[in-house]
Amino acid sequence: MQLLLQLLINGLIVGALYGVVAMSFVLIYKASRIVNFAQGEFLLIGAWTCWWLLTSWQLPFWIGFPITLVFMLVFGVILQVVVLRPMIGEPIISVIMVTIGLSIVFQALMKWMFGVFAKPFPPIFASPTMNVFGLEVQTVYVVSLVISLLIMAGFGWFFKYSRMGLAMRATAWDQQVAQSLGISVRQMFAMSWAISAMVSAVAGVTVGVVNGVSSALSFFGIKVFPAVILGGLDSVIGAVLGGLIVGLLENLAHYVDSQWLNWGNMYEIAPFYVLIAILMVKPYGLFGTKDIERV
Amino acid sequence: MATTTLIPCGDFKTSYGSDTTIFPTVTSRNFAILGVVLLLAAPAFLDRFWLNQLIQIGYLGIAALGLNILVGFTGQISIGHSAFFGFGAFASAWLNNRWGIPVWACIPLAALMTTAVGMVFGVPAARLKGLYLAIATLAAQYILQDFFARADWFTGGVAGTIAMPLELFGFAFDTDHSYFYVVLVYMVVMYILATNLMRSRDGRALVAVRDHYLSAEIMGINLTKYRTMAFGLSAFYAGMGGALYAHYLQFVSVEGFTILFSIQFLGMIIIGGLGSIMGSLMGTAFMVLLPELMQYLTTALSGTAIDQALNLREAVAFLREMAIGIVIILFLVFEPDGLAHRWKQIKAYWKLYPFSH
Repeated sequence: MQLLLQLLINGLIVGALYGVVAMSFVLIYKASRIVNFAQGEFLLIGAWTCWWLLTSWQLPFWIGFPITLVFMLVFGVILQVVVLRPMIGEPIISVIMVTIGLSIVFQALMKWMFGVFAKPFPPIFASPTMNVFGLEVQTVYVVSLVISLLIMAGFGWFFKYSRMGLAMRATAWDQQVAQSLGISVRQMFAMSWAISAMVSAVAGVTVGVVNGVSSALSFFGIKVFPAVILGGLDSVIGAVLGGLIVGLLENLAHYVDSQWLNWGNMYEIAPFYVLIAILMVKPYGLFGTKDIERV
Repeated sequence: MATTTLIPCGDFKTSYGSDTTIFPTVTSRNFAILGVVLLLAAPAFLDRFWLNQLIQIGYLGIAALGLNILVGFTGQISIGHSAFFGFGAFASAWLNNRWGIPVWACIPLAALMTTAVGMVFGVPAARLKGLYLAIATLAAQYILQDFFARADWFTGGVAGTIAMPLELFGFAFDTDHSYFYVVLVYMVVMYILATNLMRSRDGRALVAVRDHYLSAEIMGINLTKYRTMAFGLSAFYAGMGGALYAHYLQFVSVEGFTILFSIQFLGMIIIGGLGSIMGSLMGTAFMVLLPELMQYLTTALSGTAIDQALNLREAVAFLREMAIGIVIILFLVFEPDGLAHRWKQIKAYWKLYPFSH
């Protein structure tokens, strides 16, 4: 029972992180209709950058972290302008393949620059674990849950009230109409990539602080797919819920596996079975727009 | 510009039959035959290294052709091709080791088994399109990879499995020189089969599904049937390639069939040209020779300032991976129609040489 509760809490926390990454994935998809297979690499790059600033430059966390975010912002814009902008109007397979290509390049580049082994972050919090309702929980996890919730609330505010958020929603709704209303669609595309990269980096740093930074981080980018498919590709709320469900689900699968089945590796693979099942039953997810296309 | 094949003056087609022959002109047929004859003689001249490269191009080319039928001709994206390739490899070894079926029969049987698996994953594909399909095949990749690691009875688990060499009438094809002919035969047969498919009713239906699936459906093409069929076909080719791979290396390990390998397959057909049969082969050759090129460059640069700054010798594995990604991106941005298109332009240039208009 204790184990189950522990796993559920873990699932909730990891699920919130999945939700954050899924949200930034959906942001790009909504704004520019690009499926970003390099989302996991954003986490990776963000985490490595922060790690590098903290270890090589000996910066304190509260300086290194904002610098990382600014770097990711710039990185996202550059990536969109240099690589993705020429792909506007190309068939969907080309765009998908470009992001897949980017993901390989960045993954290899990060391995080359920082090595293949996981490296721990310097300690950031005074006490590594804290007590929540009688359970041992890593402080970072609690902080990450808070950060995730803050980001989600921030997204909510951003899209509801800020000028740019409204412009972005308009762009997602109809690019031509948005353009005719004086919104710079190009700028919105670039901004969506920038924000997405930045928010992913936050998730990347959080995971890096807990587990150490390694190329395993980029697997988050793959785990995002079950989450977004579950929630519906173009729904921000769906992404958050999907992330939470996937996080809980993989921990539940792990629990069931460790208690009764002993198949091993269910933690990694269960979301993909769910993904296939959802695609069979409800291909547009819980909140996605239904595309009616029968003759 | 000259994108279609240039037909010589006076070579008029008078029937649909003559317009859809496998080779558009007599010359192209003769050149193809000449090419095969040259390849037949190749083992006499080439050393083991180049034969090894050619054999790799052969079996990977078969699998890449399968992916091209799915992606290039039918317009369905698959990011799980290497899993099917691996399934074919394990299936062939398993059929031989477990049931004692001779290897020459195992290879096509393994391809059929892979087809069945491909169809299973093709059922959701029939309902999905575009990126949803891409994600479904991504899941297929991870599920199959997990299955390989899990199913000891089938794959030998983490230890891998041994595949017996191909034997025919008491002669074992266990050297590069002899196995080359096996791969060559399979490759020629599979490529001719694919070309044939594309000039048949079913092949045209696949292209119609790609170009506009709604119109295709209105014209009476059964979308579900053809999408599933394309999936099955691509899995068949992948299984065939995988089986040939297994009996060439005579050992199959569970680690090889990763998503990176799948992406390499996609890279092959993008570099070669989506929807081009010969392009699949060109792209495969490019992708197989790319690491060699990288190796060559690294060796050429060793000792120079660049080498000392970047420590190339240790980085070469990462550089290869990066090269795959960069080449894919560059081709998509600058040459989206692939090498096949470039090859046609070169041919057109020489045919029209002094007066290119």
